[in-house]
Amino acid sequence: MSVAEQPMPRARMLGRTKAAWVIFALAALLPAFAALTNDPFLTVIGTRILAFAIAAMALDLILGYGAMVSFGHAAYIGFGAYSVAILSRYGITDISLHILAAMAVSAVFATITGAISIRTRGIYFIMITLAFGQMAYFFFVSLSAFGGDDGTTLADRSTFFGTRFLESDLSLYYVTLAILIGLFLLASRLVMSRFGRVLTGTRENMTRMEAVGFRPFRYQLTAFVISGCMTSIAGVILANQAEFISPAFMSWHISGELIVMVVLGGIGNLTGAIGGAVIALLLEEIIGIFTHHWKLYFGIILILVVLYSPGGVSGLVERIRGPRK
Amino acid sequence: MSMLSVRNLKKAYGALKVTDDLSLDVEPGELHAIIGPNGAGKTTLITQLSGQSRPDSGQILFEGRDITRLGMAERVHLGLARSFQITSILPGFTVLENVALAVQAKDGSSFRFFAPVAREEVLNKAAMHKLRDVGLADRAHLKASALSHGDHRRLELAIAMATEPKLLLLDEPLAGTGGQDAEALVALLLDLKGKITTVLIEHDMDAVFSLADRISVLVYGEIIATGTPAEIRANPAVRTAYLGEEATA
Ligand SMILES: Nc1ncnc2c1ncn2[C@@H]1O[C@H](COP(=O)(O)OP(=O)(O)O)[C@@H](O)[C@H]1O
Ligand SMILES: [Mg+2]
Repeated sequence: MSVAEQPMPRARMLGRTKAAWVIFALAALLPAFAALTNDPFLTVIGTRILAFAIAAMALDLILGYGAMVSFGHAAYIGFGAYSVAILSRYGITDISLHILAAMAVSAVFATITGAISIRTRGIYFIMITLAFGQMAYFFFVSLSAFGGDDGTTLADRSTFFGTRFLESDLSLYYVTLAILIGLFLLASRLVMSRFGRVLTGTRENMTRMEAVGFRPFRYQLTAFVISGCMTSIAGVILANQAEFISPAFMSWHISGELIVMVVLGGIGNLTGAIGGAVIALLLEEIIGIFTHHWKLYFGIILILVVLYSPGGVSGLVERIRGPRK
Repeated sequence: MSMLSVRNLKKAYGALKVTDDLSLDVEPGELHAIIGPNGAGKTTLITQLSGQSRPDSGQILFEGRDITRLGMAERVHLGLARSFQITSILPGFTVLENVALAVQAKDGSSFRFFAPVAREEVLNKAAMHKLRDVGLADRAHLKASALSHGDHRRLELAIAMATEPKLLLLDEPLAGTGGQDAEALVALLLDLKGKITTVLIEHDMDAVFSLADRISVLVYGEIIATGTPAEIRANPAVRTAYLGEEATA
């Protein structure tokens, strides 16, 4: 037996990567479908879905790979959204700078709150990240220069390297898709790297990791910061898509929805989180057409998935397709 | 200089003194067995030596250096590795990945984010080498959780070995095994003997008396005797306190 031979889970990993590319291909075709059905609103919803897919994937990095269930990840969406609003007001309009600022603020916030949260486990971690998320929420509620509780509309969308390219919904959609794909590629490399293996190890058995010489804290914190930075990019996009920002972007409901997306899609494989975001938001739209009580029905679906397919939708797909070679 | 010197170590859980003014020296190259009845405080001693728990007082010197306050990971980097009485592995990883990760811990930085670790031949080769040593090479690509109990005990050993320790702390490596599994593990330990200084905690008296250079007997947190297997066998205090009829049989 050759040592170069790849361990078994790689085959499954490849299957999931393929599934992600199917989603990306379908997403690339969505605007054409929208044009055919004469429903431009689809593209607008599509942008929202892809942005949430970015955030859900970022959350999966720590939730799925590091067993860190952050219940405060909406804060980073807020940092992204407010970076657009605040910098634009002061004449800094380019999306690259908005993303940079969003990531910088997120990195600082994630380093400080992560360093404290990661010392706790399980339900305490959930509660403390929720508390930090709420702190960020109330900070922006009190920011009266930007509408406080009510938020504020954006005068314009971010510029794109000096152009007004993003003013078109279609361009914004494809830029979002490109960012999602880029981040997916990065995240896929990351989880297969040395760093990714250590992070996954801390999920599996913390004591064992220390007993072979790793200090889990630094790896967990690094992952937490990367995840926060990635999530903030979703906020930059969502602010542009809505042309409006408010603390509602960072309410704990959003943090909860992100967790739901990751669990629904199946944790710890990136593709699941992306699929989970797509399914959750589509269900929200579709059930919403028939009833105002969509959350109830959505809740029932979620419970069924968790009960009957612990691996989420991606686990279900794999079981239906049978064991892969 | 002793490889490991334990000086007046004390630890209590409430009123229970699990480590009671314990002193112990482990010489370079020796296989030092620690025996004692269940609940004597053997595992607790290992957790203190490995840094998983802290003594209330006393000192632990490793190669003359005071390591009493160091964490587990830091001690591993100094060359102190342990195995667990209750198998502690990464169940979702393959057997090879379990060992490769232990190699990785000592092989440069793990803050590498892009290169696929599964293709790092340095790690895989070293890990495969350890797996061959313990006879698990043909199961390298199985999920670790799928192994039998006996194979888990081998993996436990391979992981500890993969950190390239100078001192190996083995907490009942034979626990729960019997027959061929136990024999194979004893053969493995015999092979390690003389190459790596080892502290061996074990209930299997045949194994202990055939492997150990010296034996310490731990009862109620105290070491009541230390000596060669022959000395321990002949020690009347040990016989009444612990060995009873079993050792003479
Ligand atoms: N974390 C703990 N809290 C309280 N008591 C403990 C703890 N760990 C071990 N003990 C007690 O300490 C004693 C020694 O345990 P242990 O070191 O596991 O013994 P051995 O390995 O020799 O069988 C036992 O009575 C056990 O119940
Ligand atoms: Mg024990």
